[in-house]
Amino acid sequence: MTEYAIEAHDIVKTFNDGEFTALGGVSLQVPKGQVFGLLGPNGSGKTTMVRILATILAPSSGEATVNGFNVFKQADDVRKSIGLAGQFAAVDENLTGFENLRMVGLLNHLDKRFVEQRAHELLDSFGLADAANRRTKTYSGGMRRRLDLAAALVANPPILFLDEPTTGLDPQSRQDLWNIIENLVEGGTTVLLTTQYLEEADRLAKQLVVLDHGKIIAQGTSAELKAQLGNTVLVLTFHSPSEATRGTEIVKDVSSKPANVEGTVVELTIDKGPTSAADALRRLDASGIELAGLVMREPSLDDVFLNLTGHKAEDAPAEVPSASRRARKARS
Amino acid sequence: MTMTTQTSSRSALRWAISDVLVLAHRNLIALMRIPVALVFSIIQPIMFVILFRYVFGGAIHTGTNYVNYLIPGILVQTTIFGSVSTAIGLAEDLQKGLIERFRALPMARMAVLAGRTISDLARNVMVLLVITGVGMLVGFRPSGGVVAYVQASLLMLSFAYALSWGFAFVGLAAPTSEAAQAMTFPLIFPLTFASAIFVPVQSMPSWLQGFATHQPVSVTAEAVRGLMLGTPHGWGTYETMLWALGAVAILGPLAVRKFRQAIK
Repeated sequence: MTEYAIEAHDIVKTFNDGEFTALGGVSLQVPKGQVFGLLGPNGSGKTTMVRILATILAPSSGEATVNGFNVFKQADDVRKSIGLAGQFAAVDENLTGFENLRMVGLLNHLDKRFVEQRAHELLDSFGLADAANRRTKTYSGGMRRRLDLAAALVANPPILFLDEPTTGLDPQSRQDLWNIIENLVEGGTTVLLTTQYLEEADRLAKQLVVLDHGKIIAQGTSAELKAQLGNTVLVLTFHSPSEATRGTEIVKDVSSKPANVEGTVVELTIDKGPTSAADALRRLDASGIELAGLVMREPSLDDVFLNLTGHKAEDAPAEVPSASRRARKARS
Repeated sequence: MTMTTQTSSRSALRWAISDVLVLAHRNLIALMRIPVALVFSIIQPIMFVILFRYVFGGAIHTGTNYVNYLIPGILVQTTIFGSVSTAIGLAEDLQKGLIERFRALPMARMAVLAGRTISDLARNVMVLLVITGVGMLVGFRPSGGVVAYVQASLLMLSFAYALSWGFAFVGLAAPTSEAAQAMTFPLIFPLTFASAIFVPVQSMPSWLQGFATHQPVSVTAEAVRGLMLGTPHGWGTYETMLWALGAVAILGPLAVRKFRQAIK
């Protein structure tokens, strides 16, 4: 009936009787069988969007379908089509890993014998077989995330919502989780992934939407987003912050994009590749400022974000109204 | 990967019952594994029994053997305290994001509240049996007979179950489980202590007697005591049942409504 796994049209969500707008009209079309990235800093509305699509939260206005089912009128069919794993790893600490999966399977109204077999299968493939009968209170952060993801997969849902699945994880656990996600997508699962890690979106997501303050500020493939930006980033390291400031003044004209200064390091996205870079170096040389280091690299999504919003992706927004803070706290 | 076809085709009602049982079972597993919860539900009432039986009891005059007055009261107090754990359990589930996970599952909406209140009821049954045994050990002799004892037990369990729905509301409104516990205290304390649970209301100052006599915990304690000791007064039993029904009728819908709003 539909070629998209998820379609959302003009979703608006306000809190505190309209005082605070978490989502200001977001539309998405997520094709089947791939990872779709929802990228943005804390408070940009990513989690709110996922919760609305997962039928947990009602939007103030807008329409959405998941797996062809209307999120509001056919919520139960939607719930049968999705798995949800969140950044807070909602597993029951007092139950063992196996018991957690069994509970979720039974609440998915699956056959008991199937659930138990499936639970063992998932524990095996996520490297949790040894910990299957231990209370999850004793699990490490990475183990909890994997169990949380396993719980989302018990019912073999065709669509998976992953809300910041690797936030706070060590690099190895993050890598493990990425591998699992890639395998799932190879098997045909559609994944809606929210992240504030640009590296993660870059690695996993075929298509991306960048959210900031509840609005989509850019969308496309990761390559397209980078292409909007020019093709090279010039990273200049100076001997002191004051020289960095002076140096920035001197070189900023070679690019139409703003420079990012952090201490002694200046990053400049340049429009015409080596030509502009050479120009920048000539100017610095003429001014007598000596460089401590020089690197040229491909633009990352960090650069994209800086360019689009004027602030870095990891920065918290200037002001988080109490409503959203409370909403988040309630779930933490 | 395709949609699973393992879903059985039971009716919605049977699935709802199954959901309630799955969650009640899960809560009881947790209860058995958390020593603090067990202490709260069993050790604390035993300490109350010992305290009032051997420390304060000598100074309390009820006109009868005090232990027979005390144990029915302790049982009522204990089952009411047991219903408080509904607030704590729900606040904890909410805080830990479990309720959010449940809401994204194709399960019955009601099952989270029903599963919790039912597991707390099961725990109350267990505690009631243990404290009855402890009471017997310290000299409690219910002379009303087994049938009346069972009736009395059902009466106080119904009353506590009704209160559970009120505490479900508190638990869903509280920001944390610690706050939930703190919020229940000012509700529970006057109801259980300014009551006929430990001492006859006549021994209280006259300004307190009116409240202490007619408030529902006293009504329940007197009805339970009457049945257990073989001196039932029928109206008290019905009054308790009315309190329980009234509480469920008002607190139940409030809790359900709060559950719908809890995640916003």
